[in-house]
Amino acid sequence: MSQWLANVLDRASTVNDWLSPVRQTALATLREQAWPTRRTEAWRYTSLHEVAELELAQANSAQSTVNAEAPAIEGLNSLDLVFVDAQPVTDFSKLILPEGVTVTSLHGVNADQQARISKIFNQAKPTHHLFGLVNDVLAEQGVVIDVAAGAEIEQPIRIVNFVTDGVESHHRVLVNVGDNAKVTVIEHGAGNGHSMNTAYAEYVLGSETKLEHYRFAMHGQEAIHMGGSHFKLGEHSRLNSTIVGYGSRLTRIDTDVIHAAEHAFAKMNCIYLLAPKEHFDLHTTIEHAKPNGTSEENARGIVGDKAKAIFNGRIHIHRDAQKTLAELNNRNLLLSRGGQINTKPELEIYADDVQCAHGATVAEIAEEELYYLQTRGIPRSQALVMLNFGFVQELVNQMPNKALSTWLQPLLRERFSAMETK
Amino acid sequence: MMLTIKDLQASVEETTILKGLNLTINPGEVHAIMGPNGAGKSTLGYVLSGREDYEVQGGTVEFENQNLLDMEVDERARAGIFLAFQYPVEIPGVSNMEFMKESVNAARKERGEEPLTAAEFLKTAKAACKQVNLPLEFLKRGVNEGFSGGEKKRNEIMQMILLQPKLCILDESDSGLDIDALKVVADGVNSQRDGKRSFIVVTHYQRLLDYIQPDYVHILADGKIVKSGGPELAKEVEASGYAWLEGHEEASA
Repeated sequence: MSQWLANVLDRASTVNDWLSPVRQTALATLREQAWPTRRTEAWRYTSLHEVAELELAQANSAQSTVNAEAPAIEGLNSLDLVFVDAQPVTDFSKLILPEGVTVTSLHGVNADQQARISKIFNQAKPTHHLFGLVNDVLAEQGVVIDVAAGAEIEQPIRIVNFVTDGVESHHRVLVNVGDNAKVTVIEHGAGNGHSMNTAYAEYVLGSETKLEHYRFAMHGQEAIHMGGSHFKLGEHSRLNSTIVGYGSRLTRIDTDVIHAAEHAFAKMNCIYLLAPKEHFDLHTTIEHAKPNGTSEENARGIVGDKAKAIFNGRIHIHRDAQKTLAELNNRNLLLSRGGQINTKPELEIYADDVQCAHGATVAEIAEEELYYLQTRGIPRSQALVMLNFGFVQELVNQMPNKALSTWLQPLLRERFSAMETK
Repeated sequence: MMLTIKDLQASVEETTILKGLNLTINPGEVHAIMGPNGAGKSTLGYVLSGREDYEVQGGTVEFENQNLLDMEVDERARAGIFLAFQYPVEIPGVSNMEFMKESVNAARKERGEEPLTAAEFLKTAKAACKQVNLPLEFLKRGVNEGFSGGEKKRNEIMQMILLQPKLCILDESDSGLDIDALKVVADGVNSQRDGKRSFIVVTHYQRLLDYIQPDYVHILADGKIVKSGGPELAKEVEASGYAWLEGHEEASA
């Protein structure tokens, strides 16, 4: 046990709210957790040495006076919920909500909802994520989104959480999507400074639902970010998720997609661009627990300079999950000798009538493509950017929300052109 | 003189392919280079374009009084050399439109001209697309991504039309094409013959030369030009194939 985790356990006992009953279960599990070392498989390439000794100020409501605005994105017209160090800046009582959805701060959930929302707590997020458990016991702030059955919410709901220097914070998102409903949720994390935050989101999808999901982990080079997005899929539900990661001092994201009913469809695209010394660790798990599910996962990353990427993609097809179609692909481009990419697809298949494909590659610069662009007069340095960008642009183009892809493209392009290829 | 190649020797992966090639091209001329497989036809195009793995071991190449062999691949292209590939590479993710716009603007920058705006370029690109009979949606697709063999060839010709190079090297632009596609490619090339622009048309078969009338025909065998003549030489090859070359090589040995 680290000193930091011991402090977490101490602080957990002071948390007392409507979620306390479910937090207690998580706390019991957390007490039994060993602090991960490099011999712990899930943390093999990510050292928690620095976290073990962290002593940062705990976020409190005073900090929410910081003037913070969600990034302006032309044409997005989102419903914005802004937090600073997990403390709400948005006045939830003044939100103008589309019909069929309730959006409340974790604090503001009324008695009617409490019983229902408590039931989805830790339904999608498995209990083996150490920092997820920390979030379970400490996250007093966050958002609850409850989409009524049959509601089709066109306006995207965007949750923005800024981190600030010297602060530790914990933020939670709980989303319940009623049968036949449709919604778009964007999780956006940003901010620099020597900070540590955990941000976990859970989505429970009813039958015939559609969820469009984005997670932008765009923290700066000093931030430590631990988080996850977790999905429990109902019958005939469709998930389309895009995760974009910038790295930071240490970013670890876990995602879980659970096919908890038949005929669910999940598409997940992940993009990470890392430099100069950033560390990005992405663990994804797709649990095919029921038959006739489909999942398509594409993770693509570019690593330059002395940055380090870890991708672990697990697909678990349970014995009963016949007729599953699952594809997992991880492509990486390594631009520099000092960069590092660790990729591991993990398949566990216990059903016999399934189609499952996986692949992981780490490529260096594609000289043939570079040559082709050069024969058309494009300078090598520019061709490099065009090719690198093209490689992830495919995934950016697949983002269903065009306002978001239009906003993201120049940001990523700029990031590319600053990357070191030595 | 536009291009002067003297005693060019080049190798790839330590195998010598070009073994003393000489060729002189004046502005406005169309030179056909024919020859059997493995003669070094494609290598010539790669060496002139500056492909990395093709190592020049001897000889000189002057292009408009510049030492071509000293220039980078993209510098050669901006100086006016264009290679239409036999097998153009597919680049998913880079749109054809973006690719061609950047190419055209690189050439414009070289000439000291303002870059074209997206709207200006679109207009030009649409016309070029129409000229080579490609649907406009090909501009939006990834470079050559999922294109058929014929579509790739036409895409190459479209790039040639847009870039307005001084010397065009067509590497087996006829291979794998049916007669209609062949005519589109030939028409595209012929539309660019203006008395100044020169062409090297590399082909295995005489068929393409029925549509692109060459001024000179050269037979390349075992890394050298072994025979040069007028268009009638192509007809001879059509009639007798390349079998006679073996006798020729023995005679010259």
